[in-house]
Amino acid sequence: MKRRNLGWLSLGSLLSYSAWADMPLNLTQGATEVSRNVYDLHMLVLYICTGIGIIVFGIMFWSMIFHRKSKGAKSASFHESTKIEILWTAIPIVILIAMAVPATSTLIEMEDNSNADVTIQITGSQWKWHYKYFDQGIEYYSVLSTPREQYENHQSNSAIKNEHYLLEVDKPLVIPANKKVRFLMTSDDVIHSWWVPAFAVKQDANPGFINEAWTKVDQPGIYRGQCAELCGKDHGFMPIVVEVKSEADYQNWLIEQQQLIAQSAEAEKASLNSSLAMDELMQLGEQVYLANCAACHQPTGLGLPPAFPALKNSPVATGDINEHIITVFNGRVGTGMQGYGKQLTLKEIAAVVTYERNAWGNNTGDSVQPADVNAAVAK
Amino acid sequence: MTTEVLTEDLSEHNQHHKMTGIKRWLYTTNHKDIGTLYLWFSFIMFLTGGALAMIIRMELFQPGLQIVEPDFFNQLTTVHGLIMVFGAIMPAFTGLANWMLPMMIGAPDMALPRLNNWSFWILPFAFAILIGSFFMESGAPNFGWTFYAPLSTTYSNGSTAFFVFAVHIMGISSIMGAINIVVTIMNLRAPGMTYMKMPLFVWTFFITAYLLIAVMPVLAGVVTMVLTDTYFGTSFFNAAGGGDPVMFQHIFWFFGHPEVYIMILPAFGIVSTTIPTFARKKLFGYSSMVYATASIALLSFIVWAHHMFTTGMPLFGELFFMYCTMLIAVPTGVKVFNWMATMWRGSMTFETPMLFSIAFVILFTIGGFSGLMLALTPVDFQYHDTYFVVAHFHYVLVTGSLFSIYAGAYYWLPKWTGHMYNDVLSKWHFWCSLISVNLLFFPMHFLGLAGMPRRIPDYALQFADFNKWISIGGFAFGLSQLIFLVVVIKCIKGGEKAPAKPWEGAEGLEWTVPSPAPYHTFSTPPKID
Repeated sequence: MKRRNLGWLSLGSLLSYSAWADMPLNLTQGATEVSRNVYDLHMLVLYICTGIGIIVFGIMFWSMIFHRKSKGAKSASFHESTKIEILWTAIPIVILIAMAVPATSTLIEMEDNSNADVTIQITGSQWKWHYKYFDQGIEYYSVLSTPREQYENHQSNSAIKNEHYLLEVDKPLVIPANKKVRFLMTSDDVIHSWWVPAFAVKQDANPGFINEAWTKVDQPGIYRGQCAELCGKDHGFMPIVVEVKSEADYQNWLIEQQQLIAQSAEAEKASLNSSLAMDELMQLGEQVYLANCAACHQPTGLGLPPAFPALKNSPVATGDINEHIITVFNGRVGTGMQGYGKQLTLKEIAAVVTYERNAWGNNTGDSVQPADVNAAVAK
Repeated sequence: MTTEVLTEDLSEHNQHHKMTGIKRWLYTTNHKDIGTLYLWFSFIMFLTGGALAMIIRMELFQPGLQIVEPDFFNQLTTVHGLIMVFGAIMPAFTGLANWMLPMMIGAPDMALPRLNNWSFWILPFAFAILIGSFFMESGAPNFGWTFYAPLSTTYSNGSTAFFVFAVHIMGISSIMGAINIVVTIMNLRAPGMTYMKMPLFVWTFFITAYLLIAVMPVLAGVVTMVLTDTYFGTSFFNAAGGGDPVMFQHIFWFFGHPEVYIMILPAFGIVSTTIPTFARKKLFGYSSMVYATASIALLSFIVWAHHMFTTGMPLFGELFFMYCTMLIAVPTGVKVFNWMATMWRGSMTFETPMLFSIAFVILFTIGGFSGLMLALTPVDFQYHDTYFVVAHFHYVLVTGSLFSIYAGAYYWLPKWTGHMYNDVLSKWHFWCSLISVNLLFFPMHFLGLAGMPRRIPDYALQFADFNKWISIGGFAFGLSQLIFLVVVIKCIKGGEKAPAKPWEGAEGLEWTVPSPAPYHTFSTPPKID
């Protein structure tokens, strides 16, 4: 007996190197009342299924062991019994009703979107999330912040991966604890699905339609999730991070954000009168390009045709400047090309257009200033 | 059921009709030849789809993008799914139906032999188009085998047309095959074989064929709508033009859910044949099996939206589809209990077909349990589109449908080839498959519960260990299937001579003809009391 324990122990230690400790095996209990109800329901069904499994498989293994020909078993001749057949139709129905009752009450609770304290519109677009706080004038994009060199390992061994590899963003969604937060989901292009396991919220973001979901988180903290509906090439690279703050911290954050917005509006205005040097534009342009454009058009500017055309020697990037600016600003309807007017500042758009017109041997020599962008899109 | 054995010598007759070489296979209208074609085709497709899965598992072996680009990864998962569903599982069942149905009901052939030839021979073209798209500029379809709009329409990579025409051809093939099965069963049963005397295998194919006729046109409709949305400016699924992308999912899953049962009902038929044989005991509850199959088929039409709980359905819709889906557990349970009762107090032996059948019953039931869990809307919000779902449908399709096909193949190989298969190798095939398939799919449950979404080429670090084990299981399972290829080739080439009825407990008309089954059987119908 002792020796056997030792054996299990050594097997256990083999399997229990550090990563296993972080590897959850079961559904999360989450951070909300709803997520705990969902967890309880999950465990209830799991136990019921395990119980039924043990009985049914137990009977089968019993027959396999004892009713085998090699042991001299002679087969019985029965092949029906109305009584037992009614019984094993009726018992499952009773069990199902026992499961349906808590499932129904949890579902009704989950679908009650009324009386929300805060409402946030969540818009998915190809491979980023956009959050808009109703009545606060705050809106921003939230993009994967794991650096490219950590996940692109084709050539050489990669950079060391962050702790929250692929589950980290530049600007998380911020919500208050202990408040009912309502989410309105929609999409700018294909169907996405906003999922944070700790809230038990998974809701599709459908283009042209709005879905509702809500949560009320007990504890401040950081909660992570991912897009759950296949949405194209970088479906695996659009995580969700939610920072839950205490009520007071949340209010401070709101004020801070509003100040930041005011500042950037000032900067935007100021940039109209500024004139940037070519070097400066190219440097900023490259940064903006790698962060926003390279996923499709590739760092080499060669794109992934035919869905994502090359910019190198392309008619747009070497043709009319205004058309180039408008394409970047408004996007192209019916293609994967989004409009970046909402996502980037005038200065950034000026820089990225300049970069695209001069990188990879495009060498048009054009430099675009923030005022040019403003003029082009005003027409 | 007692029968009179046909003793007339058919060998001279056979020489008469058989062409030789490639022409025999191109022009054949013989149900056995067409069955063989279907089975070989499906096995080739199975290996092709499996090869794609191997690349997927190589990429997922460790975090980071190592081998393929994300867009190509999506092409791999899409084409893997399409090939396995439409190229491997469905044609394998049609192959079994072609070979066995006429022999089981005492018919000389399928009722519509020329249609039969055509329904097979258009299939290679469908898959040539589908697989060929890998080599075109657009790349292969990359929007998932469920091709949700608008990812497959407005935002497609240009492969939509190839995809649509390939699916159309597969659909036509399936519809023709299904019509043939229905007509054959209704018209060509031997005198005295009433419906309730048909083997359960025949019943399940009969019901499956009706499901196919009902839903394949729906699939044809929805792919056509995708085609016109993509290329002709319609707006069925485009909100900007007054359409609705969620409507796509409703139409697709109205096809898709019955499709799931199209791939599992025949499996029920196969194991309901093999388990009584090797338990040497009559199938328990024959009539309840028939009714259970029919009720599963009927229920399959009113549960489709359980694939769509997160799309934003009204509460009433969610409740309706949850309750209906839970109901399916009842007839499915009846089936499992019946198999259990068939084994109970039998006199069991464990030849390879029986091993696969028992593995089917147990592992399919595990897939059934996770299906029941997925039926509950509140928890489905957590499971939906995660590896939990991937685990679920691979348990029902691989250890379910595929294992039943293996059970059937081993069971009837002696009848097809006239030789017994190599017992030792076949047991290696079984045990290697059984162990590796569980290493492959069981940990996926944990990954899904821990929060790993499906269809992603790269994942967070806490999923790394399980993915490594899953990949190892995947490679082992892939290699194990090559053993089957060896077994079959050896069995065709030679081996112990098989008697007309190699299994002591077997029942049914197919065992009354010699092994290998002559080219033409039951030219005069057998008499059934």
